[in-house]
Amino acid sequence: MPREPAGWLLAVARRRAIDRLRRAGTEWRKAPLLVVPEASEPAAPVPEDIPDERLRLLCTACHPALSREAQVALTLRVVGGLTTTEIARAFLVSEATMGQRISRAKRKIRDAAIPYTVPDADELPPRLAGVRAVIYLIFTEGHTASTGARLQRVELQYEAIRLATLLYDRLPTDAENAGLLALLLLTAARSPARWRRGRPVPLAEQDRGLWNADHVARGRALVAEQMSRPVVGPYLVQAAIAAVHAEAPSYAATDWRRIVGLYDVLIDATQDPVARLNRAVARMEQGDVAMALSDVEALAGTLAGFSHFHAAHGEILARLDRTADAAIALDIAIELTDNEPLRRQLVGRRAQL
Amino acid sequence: MRYLLLIAEEEGVRSGWSDEDQQADMARWFAYTNELQEAGAFVDGVALNESSTATTVRVEGGDTLTTDGPFAETKEVINGYYLIDVDDLDSAISWAARIPTIGAVEVRPVLEFDMPEGA
Repeated sequence: MPREPAGWLLAVARRRAIDRLRRAGTEWRKAPLLVVPEASEPAAPVPEDIPDERLRLLCTACHPALSREAQVALTLRVVGGLTTTEIARAFLVSEATMGQRISRAKRKIRDAAIPYTVPDADELPPRLAGVRAVIYLIFTEGHTASTGARLQRVELQYEAIRLATLLYDRLPTDAENAGLLALLLLTAARSPARWRRGRPVPLAEQDRGLWNADHVARGRALVAEQMSRPVVGPYLVQAAIAAVHAEAPSYAATDWRRIVGLYDVLIDATQDPVARLNRAVARMEQGDVAMALSDVEALAGTLAGFSHFHAAHGEILARLDRTADAAIALDIAIELTDNEPLRRQLVGRRAQL
Repeated sequence: MRYLLLIAEEEGVRSGWSDEDQQADMARWFAYTNELQEAGAFVDGVALNESSTATTVRVEGGDTLTTDGPFAETKEVINGYYLIDVDDLDSAISWAARIPTIGAVEVRPVLEFDMPEGA
């Protein structure tokens, strides 16, 4: 009998579990990245010319029995092929923490027998919603860092677009897959213009000539093709909003009426307070400043802890020449952001009042 | 692969129910158990008496210490379980989702051992 029976029993049990899974023919041998312990890296990512395999990995990595954090990390690790070090750096956590997060997720997949499959048709829609949420989270993490000085981490954006492309290529009949891909393309298109001399450039001041024309064209084509559907989901509506911006020759020439109308659709579908905030900003730009103010003030209870809320509130107050109130709102916005470039931008706006 | 489906419900949640409601509830549980059996997934399952009847036993330094009540006093208590044998977690989750409980179900994979010979 070994000296440490508990550890030995666990080892036996794990071996048994793996044997049983193999016997069950759940194709575990085809999922090496998911069952190989983190310590035995590096393992080559699944080649891109096996899209079905990549889709299966993606569905497993985004399984709802895993935490959202683990889904994101595992997706980047096993589908994206990023190293643990790269993922840790992207999410501003220590390599040890990220390694543990990924190992724990892999262990759960193995020990709880999370199946390595694309779910059946009847279970697919809710599962795909989860997969899209993970991809979107990866993208937004790349688009705006939640903390710290790096505003854009292009590699995460790029990875998210690759994943969204995979989802759309494999499952094109789900309009939200097209919507997500279009949204990411149209948002990423602005990347070259979002940043100038260490400062973020707001949409209103961006040089649209710098926008990635190829991304814009692909995003707009997807939106045009999908918007005729009787029911459109939140990603597609957001993509349509981004497409309206992409079609406008300048910020001032934006079709704000259409943008407000699309936000109406989005809010009907999601009741999302951030969408309400964005609609208020669109109303302000449309010239409906008084209505924008009442819209925003109605959101005070829900979004009071959110820097963007106070920034928008401040901007609307400034347009109404309520300079003192605008300054207070911007001060709160400055206080609430931990994103250094955005903070500098707000300080700049405050000084212009 | 075996999974334990632990059923946690708020204590006394059925106490105000009419006889009719309680009978309908029982019928739902029997029907669910039947379904599990017919699918060949049922291994075992019990409902538990209320947690006020529980005794917690701990052995410390050779002494058996008993305390009145469950492990921890919480709003939700374990009211029963099913032990099922199915292919994978997705199947276990879909069975768990169909349990006619008004509480929540914790799905735990069973750790399987090979007992050494003579043990």
